[in-house]
Amino acid sequence: MNNTEQIKKSLNKRYRKEKRFRFLSLLAVLIGFACLLILLVDMVIKAWPAFIQTEVKLDIHFSQEKLGLATNFDPEELQNANFRGLIKQSLQQLFPMVRKRSDKRALMRLISVDAEYRLRDKLQAEPQLLGQTVPIWLLVDDDVDTYLKSDKQFGRVSQEQIAWITELEQQERFQKRFNYWFFQTGDSREPELAGILGAVIGSFYTLLVTLLLSFPIGVMAAVYLEEFAPRNRWIDFIEVNINNLAAVPSIVFGLLGLAVFINFFGLPRSAPLVGGIVLALMTLPTIIIASRSAIKAVSPSMREAALGLGASKIQVAFHHVVPLAMPGILTGTIIGLAQALGETAPLLMIGMVAFIVDIPQGATDAATVLPVQIYLWADSPERAFVAKTAAAILVLLLFLTVMNGLAVWLRKKFERRW
Amino acid sequence: MNVSTLLVTLVALALFSYVFGKQRALSIAKHNRRSLHSIPSYYGYMTALWCGLPALLLLFLWLLFETIVIEQLLIASLPADIQSLPSGQLSLVLNDLKLLATPDLMDSTEQTKLEAVKYLLSMQEMSNSLRTVLVLILALAGAAWGFSRVIGKTPARLLVEKVVLFFLILSSTVAILTTIGIILSLLFESIRFFGEIPPQDFLFGTEWSPQTALRSDQVGSSGSFGAIPLFLGTLLISSIAMLVAVPIGLMSAIYLSEYASPAFRSVAKPVLEILAGVPTVVYGFFAALSVAPFIRYWGEMIGLDVASESALATGLVMGIMIIPFISSLSDDVISVVPQTLRDGSYSLGVTQSETIRLVVIPAALPGIIGGILLAFSRAIGETMIVVMAAGLSANLTVNPLEAVTTVTVQIVTLLTGDQEFDSAKTLAAFALAIMLFISTLILNIIALYIVRKYREEYE
Repeated sequence: MNNTEQIKKSLNKRYRKEKRFRFLSLLAVLIGFACLLILLVDMVIKAWPAFIQTEVKLDIHFSQEKLGLATNFDPEELQNANFRGLIKQSLQQLFPMVRKRSDKRALMRLISVDAEYRLRDKLQAEPQLLGQTVPIWLLVDDDVDTYLKSDKQFGRVSQEQIAWITELEQQERFQKRFNYWFFQTGDSREPELAGILGAVIGSFYTLLVTLLLSFPIGVMAAVYLEEFAPRNRWIDFIEVNINNLAAVPSIVFGLLGLAVFINFFGLPRSAPLVGGIVLALMTLPTIIIASRSAIKAVSPSMREAALGLGASKIQVAFHHVVPLAMPGILTGTIIGLAQALGETAPLLMIGMVAFIVDIPQGATDAATVLPVQIYLWADSPERAFVAKTAAAILVLLLFLTVMNGLAVWLRKKFERRW
Repeated sequence: MNVSTLLVTLVALALFSYVFGKQRALSIAKHNRRSLHSIPSYYGYMTALWCGLPALLLLFLWLLFETIVIEQLLIASLPADIQSLPSGQLSLVLNDLKLLATPDLMDSTEQTKLEAVKYLLSMQEMSNSLRTVLVLILALAGAAWGFSRVIGKTPARLLVEKVVLFFLILSSTVAILTTIGIILSLLFESIRFFGEIPPQDFLFGTEWSPQTALRSDQVGSSGSFGAIPLFLGTLLISSIAMLVAVPIGLMSAIYLSEYASPAFRSVAKPVLEILAGVPTVVYGFFAALSVAPFIRYWGEMIGLDVASESALATGLVMGIMIIPFISSLSDDVISVVPQTLRDGSYSLGVTQSETIRLVVIPAALPGIIGGILLAFSRAIGETMIVVMAAGLSANLTVNPLEAVTTVTVQIVTLLTGDQEFDSAKTLAAFALAIMLFISTLILNIIALYIVRKYREEYE
């Protein structure tokens, strides 16, 4: 057997190996895709219950006597009137058999604690309802909601409660509707009342501070480094610093914020202001690096033409180079902000984990942000919060998709080759 | 006037100064076109800068030192027995007073505190009005001075450009200031920590239970700060992550750069990079609520005892997060390998996969290793996934089915609870952070050095 034959014999084996290698590498790409797909599908499946909220129809008799109001009462007194009693009365009429105190309490627990405030708002809006009996849709408690959604496989409702729920179901007193409440309120200890508006507004203020700080500083630093800086050790040192900052763990920035801005300068804890400053320091490297490459891409002939017409170096930079590089700079900025929007760890360090119900009114109010809200809800024991968490994740991912889509669109639309 | 209204007023004043300065320059130019050194708008900018800059600087300094000065004055006004309290208790008293110092809480305040609170409120009010008055006076004076300088021979453009250049230089030093800030704040608190706990106990101790007791006679009151279990836990989880990410990331990079059609590549690359854009808190939720229960379920099916916060689940999900880092970094270095090397190999009758394994990868190896080191430093610094999915109690083990804790988890748990800032417990977080900072820094420097060295070889 000569050499040629030997090689021919081994060829088949080598081709098989070739195919196997190629298949394995394709498999790796597909595994990556699969991970992404599983992640997204898992979130969507977990999130859907949060977008639907169950309500129960109760016939509420707005009796003046039950509310504890005198005949000529002051409208102010409505604030503290006994609306809970109305719900109790209505439930009593539905289930006259329930007598024991503990059972009555269990019965009341079917309804969300928020229901009495809804009744109060309703009566304040329509005072003519006083003395009448009207059917009103009220939120059910999160345990009941979960029970109804999870095909009756949920342990936190008792046998009696299940009986009552079945009874209510037979009377067709339940309705499911889109949970717009989720987008209109701040955080709450009660899952059925918790919303993400507070976190979204907090994220907005935080990102606003980040943008106002990191964009001008980042662009100016990039302009200096590309257009003015002499080539020396000092500038090399700055560059090494920027590259290293890009790789510093985010939690370390949080400790910086805690030690410097909160403990040393006495800025308010939990405020979007401090969060924004910390995130601005984190996004700076991203913006500087992106802006530098955008500035570098501007053709030297532009600069030479401007200089030739008598422009000063500063004029060249700000009248010609920066406007031409702006699409690239904006793309980098948006990507940097998208990273900042998803960042959690440094914000935990500066106290943005506080439980905050109110919707923040400004950058110095205590606030939380979307990713931190996700972290807080993921830690909550109530099962209904799992869906809320996944729903908040979907909202966060939606924002990120929009921002990154904007960046891609900007790049495509204004990309210019010299 | 509060700070934001003051800022808005300042901006408005600066705008007016711009308009007036420019107008004046224009009127000079009307008489004699060549008498001006610069274009009129530069005189406007100059006036605006004179109006805005000194006032802003004053405002900034005022805000910086306001709280500290007021606090000192407040302490000085307090009775002597409170003044002599240790600093921790004193800061509690101060915080208490600050919380009380809102108009609607005044009624409910105890008589003893009332005086101090009133004093604090009056000082805050005075500081506020003094600040407003001084800043506005400085702004107006600056504007007037700038306006008086709008004469033909003032080199307005040069002045403005000098200021602009100064700000450019200042911005470029922010990165350095941040690094210095990080190092100083970590170092300062760590030194205080090592004053209480000897460094060798921290670095080589195997017992981590940072509870410091409220009373000195309580059990375990000393707290032990041996960080070895944390380092080991961090290494275990990141190693699992690398075991997942390196093969998948590297093989994807090979497929995308060597086999894939341009069309497939242009779709697949961004899709894989989405994995890097997903916030880590999402991965944390995924690890804690989906992957960990899944692994636990299958572990029990085959008779293994899996902790519900197993290192395996955490590492697995972290690995998924790291895949795009490895694949895009490797992709970059693989595409730098010159085509001539491949062509030479093909001409000898070598198949494509053999070329990749025997020629391309060895040529790209330094760059790939650099990328892996970068990804590893990302893994050890990763916080949210481990905070949500890894354990809290230190556990000296290398069994991936058990729960371990990591450096970042401990930093978060030590600092998010309610405790005074000076205890060894909170200071320990800074000591851990400095270890983290140093190790990621070293990894990065090595990685960047390798990558740069390798690039030069082929360019």
